[in-house]
Amino acid sequence: MATAAGTTTEWSRRRSLTWRAVARGAVPYALVAPVVAVMGAILGYPIYSLVRISLDRYGLFELIQHKGVYIGLKNFGSVLHDGVFWHTLVRTIVFAAANVGLTMVFGTLIALLLVKVSAWVRLLLTAGLVLVWSMPPVVAVQVWNWMTNSENGVLNYILTELHVGNYFQHNWYTTPFSQLSMVTTLIVWAAIPFVTITVYAALSQVPRELIEAAEIDGARSWRVFLDVTVPVITPVLLILTSLSILWDFGVFTQPYLLIGQPHINTGNYLMSIYLFEQGYVSANFGRGAAISILMLVIVAAMSVVYVRRMIRIGEVT
Amino acid sequence: MNVRNSHRTAWNVVGVALFVVMIFPVFWMVSTAFKRDDQITALTPTWFPLHPTLRHFRDALAKPFFWTDVKNSVIIVLVTVGIAMVLAFLAAVALSKYHFTGRKLFIVLVIGIQMLPGAGLIIPLYVVLARYHEVNTLTGVILVYLTGALPFSVWTLRGFMLGIPKELEEAAMVDGSTRFGAFARILLPLVAPGLVATSVFAFITSWNEYIFARILLNDSSKQTVTVWLSYFLGSLRQTDYGALMAASTLTAIPVVIFFLLVQRRIAFGLTAGAVRG
Repeated sequence: MATAAGTTTEWSRRRSLTWRAVARGAVPYALVAPVVAVMGAILGYPIYSLVRISLDRYGLFELIQHKGVYIGLKNFGSVLHDGVFWHTLVRTIVFAAANVGLTMVFGTLIALLLVKVSAWVRLLLTAGLVLVWSMPPVVAVQVWNWMTNSENGVLNYILTELHVGNYFQHNWYTTPFSQLSMVTTLIVWAAIPFVTITVYAALSQVPRELIEAAEIDGARSWRVFLDVTVPVITPVLLILTSLSILWDFGVFTQPYLLIGQPHINTGNYLMSIYLFEQGYVSANFGRGAAISILMLVIVAAMSVVYVRRMIRIGEVT
Repeated sequence: MNVRNSHRTAWNVVGVALFVVMIFPVFWMVSTAFKRDDQITALTPTWFPLHPTLRHFRDALAKPFFWTDVKNSVIIVLVTVGIAMVLAFLAAVALSKYHFTGRKLFIVLVIGIQMLPGAGLIIPLYVVLARYHEVNTLTGVILVYLTGALPFSVWTLRGFMLGIPKELEEAAMVDGSTRFGAFARILLPLVAPGLVATSVFAFITSWNEYIFARILLNDSSKQTVTVWLSYFLGSLRQTDYGALMAASTLTAIPVVIFFLLVQRRIAFGLTAGAVRG
């Protein structure tokens, strides 16, 4: 009797232990479940639909019917045989490269300048950068519209006064190159603060003793810079560059609003605008879905470096 | 020493010049908003509004739908941020305090989704929302904003939680608290600044968003303030730049205030991993 009772308690205790272990193991899953469920519904399901729609003829009629007509890979075929797609792709790559290059070079140089200046200048410049960083994109576009308008924009006035040339009533939005150049000035201006402040944070992690030791050893300052400073900030520069590439490749708001919807045409399309015009505006959702998939694949390929690096950070910590 | 000082002076001059160039567009926006019309249209610009006027602000505020659209923006942003914070907080606890099978996949998705370009998702989100009659509703926009706010908040909150020393939590457990008790009494107060910073940043991102609000909301009475501002130029040949700059200033003010409050923390949160890696 006594033994039996003892065994039962033992057994039930063990069972409750297992249960507790299982319950404890289930806790993290219970914690992530809401996010997974919501993301599955609002993003997973749409992406599944995206693949389905890309294989359909799907226009306004099909949108109302909630059902497309299966046409296989025809959407992809027509996009890939469209000269506009390839021109837009090349233009977007060149545009993104120019923006990223300028942002990274200026952003890094200003960060290096922050190390050199007196404390009050550093404070002033940082405050200015943070203010610029906080400007909403649509607000910045409207300010650019005002500053660069041909009739009495302050840009033309300043350039003329500085004797850069005669820019009296110069219109900056006549050719695709000059339109996109204005977009670039806007994007680079807005993106510099994030790069500068991040690189400066990395620079302040360079051990001072290391620099001093190198200087005592008689190393020249640029040698110190190359051997001590550069290795410390390289990982940060890599991450910032890949992030900038992704952002600038997919940018929509600034070019769409600054060039202005009536002036958007096949000659100044960027990838996201091409997709917007040919998929959404012309209500050809099947074709738009095919363009979306091509764009997402390109971006995914570009982001592999960044994502892998971030995952490594996520795993270690 | 003298050479060093003169070098520093030269760098200071460059620094101040850069400050002037960078800040100029913001200065020009605010300055224009306060100028009289004749100073705005003149070919020779007036640099400072010596006789400031509030007329442009009154004009901007009197434009149709400004307050309606501000209200829409506030509703969308508050609901988005509220839902995102609660759900993301739970997931961030799982990521920072537990090791579990599938954790790596979850991290890959959280980071990967943030890399997707918004434009690439226009078509699927529009079509799916149309299927459930959520086009031209605030709910539809909130759902779309959650696709971005959730992964961002999970990842950022995780970063803040890692900063909390495990010993503190363990000390509370030894005291006889349950894991939940430890969580409520120790973890929550410590993570509160992170929660505030993350929600403010999610707030700003949603407030600034343009493309989905533009696509999903067709009625002027249902738009957000960003879309309202983008239509401001209108089709008139003679643009009222004074009112446009006043409206831009008004749209930017809440963002600037919030941004200044949390910028330090978020800059840390975004780059902590990067610097450490």
